[in-house]
Amino acid sequence: MGTRQRVVITGMGVVAPNGHGLDDFETALRTGRSGIRFQQHLADLKFGCQVGGIPQITEEIKHAYFSDELLLAMNSSMIYASIAAVDCWKDAGLSVPGSGDDEVDWDTGAIIGTGIGGADTLGDWVVPKVNSGNVRRIGSTSVEQTMSSSVSARVGGLLALGGQVTTNSSACTTGTEAVIMAYRAIRDGQSKRMLAGGAEGHSHYIWAGFDAMRVLGRHSNDRPDRASRPLSASTSGFIPGSGAGILMLESLESALSRGAKIYAEVVGGHVNSGGQRGKGSMTAPNPVGVRRCITAALLDAGIEGSSIDAVNGHLTGTMADPLEIENWRAALNVAPDRIPLVNATKGMIGHALGAAGGIECVASVLQVSRGFIHGSVNCEDLHPDLEAFTTRLVRETVEYPVKILAKASFGFGDVNGCVLFQHY
Amino acid sequence: MDTKEAFDKVVAIIGPFAKNADALKTATRETKILADLGVNSARLVDIILAFEDEFNIAIDDDTADKISTLGDAVDQIVALTK
Repeated sequence: MGTRQRVVITGMGVVAPNGHGLDDFETALRTGRSGIRFQQHLADLKFGCQVGGIPQITEEIKHAYFSDELLLAMNSSMIYASIAAVDCWKDAGLSVPGSGDDEVDWDTGAIIGTGIGGADTLGDWVVPKVNSGNVRRIGSTSVEQTMSSSVSARVGGLLALGGQVTTNSSACTTGTEAVIMAYRAIRDGQSKRMLAGGAEGHSHYIWAGFDAMRVLGRHSNDRPDRASRPLSASTSGFIPGSGAGILMLESLESALSRGAKIYAEVVGGHVNSGGQRGKGSMTAPNPVGVRRCITAALLDAGIEGSSIDAVNGHLTGTMADPLEIENWRAALNVAPDRIPLVNATKGMIGHALGAAGGIECVASVLQVSRGFIHGSVNCEDLHPDLEAFTTRLVRETVEYPVKILAKASFGFGDVNGCVLFQHY
Repeated sequence: MDTKEAFDKVVAIIGPFAKNADALKTATRETKILADLGVNSARLVDIILAFEDEFNIAIDDDTADKISTLGDAVDQIVALTK
């Protein structure tokens, strides 16, 4: 206590539209495999965007992880969070406790965020039953599936966690913010281990609001794998995704003492807001805030912008992508052809909202740990405003010994998060 | 509705909620739903709703409060289906 602890990543779990589990996800990233598929129910409901990213989690997989009793009270966001958390836990070399085992792990907590939460539970049966006067027939499981903390609460019970168990929510910054909050808790000596990341279900009730805003891509319903187009001139909006990404953050001291494998070190991070002033608003980032967030993360790590050799951007496939790249250039204080190598993961998985930061932090740490930078798909027609950056925007997967990667996420509310992962 | 048929259906309905699968296999009329089968008390309302759907009956709160063992459940269901 009192001294700043070094923080490392000792486990990861991922449930993404294009892959489940670290090896499958790494293969998907390296080969540019798309997880975006045509969704008939969106077409039936007359959505403009009729494609989306939904993890391929079968009933068989669910039952391999959870009992019937648990599954009766788990919506899609809880299932994704819980599968990713259990995978992460095992990957960290820890054993999953039985439900009848009374032992609590007092040294581990969880910060697992979600952007919107159990909208499927509300839309599918809570609202219809309430509106038809059948409150009594809602049953016992609606609260635990619709409370904002549903995703962390379920994981806390599965793994008998005795540290702080909570859910953060900051729109599309959520997952990255969770990692930074966990990093701070361990760095400051308040916790030995924290599961951290984000989860989002695949409810059309969530996606409807974005479709109504006309911010979803609606021009590629017949070519789902081409629909999500970060950095592209021809993007028509982002493509909704879902899933979960969870990382085990642990003090270096704890990791070394138990002989845990170490994927990477978290050397800095920062979270802030742009105040919805200047060019910022509820739905657009104030560039001053974005740049301050990145420079504050650098300051936290005690490094210069020139030390960053890779960036996994937020890069959603909207007209904000060129602005984001310019923000990185300005914050790192380098010329356009000197910015770090940049890639975008969302071209393959869509924008998983509250899960995006979690899934993409897993992608980032895999790249740092295993020495590659995955290609950004669907940007063969680079946005004209990005011409000066062309050589730095990675479009084909390359083997590359990443030393320090910066991962950022930005969200509605003009909120920003930036975390720095260093090769260990 | 005879009691044997009701008992088998009650056991089948409670099955997914029971943490103690062994106790379920050897369940009798005297088996306590919460203590012996390891059912989470919050789930009793879901079990009551499932009884209502399976047997096409309405179980009011006072009746539900009388159900502690599998036998209690069978007796109340048989009475309501007469």
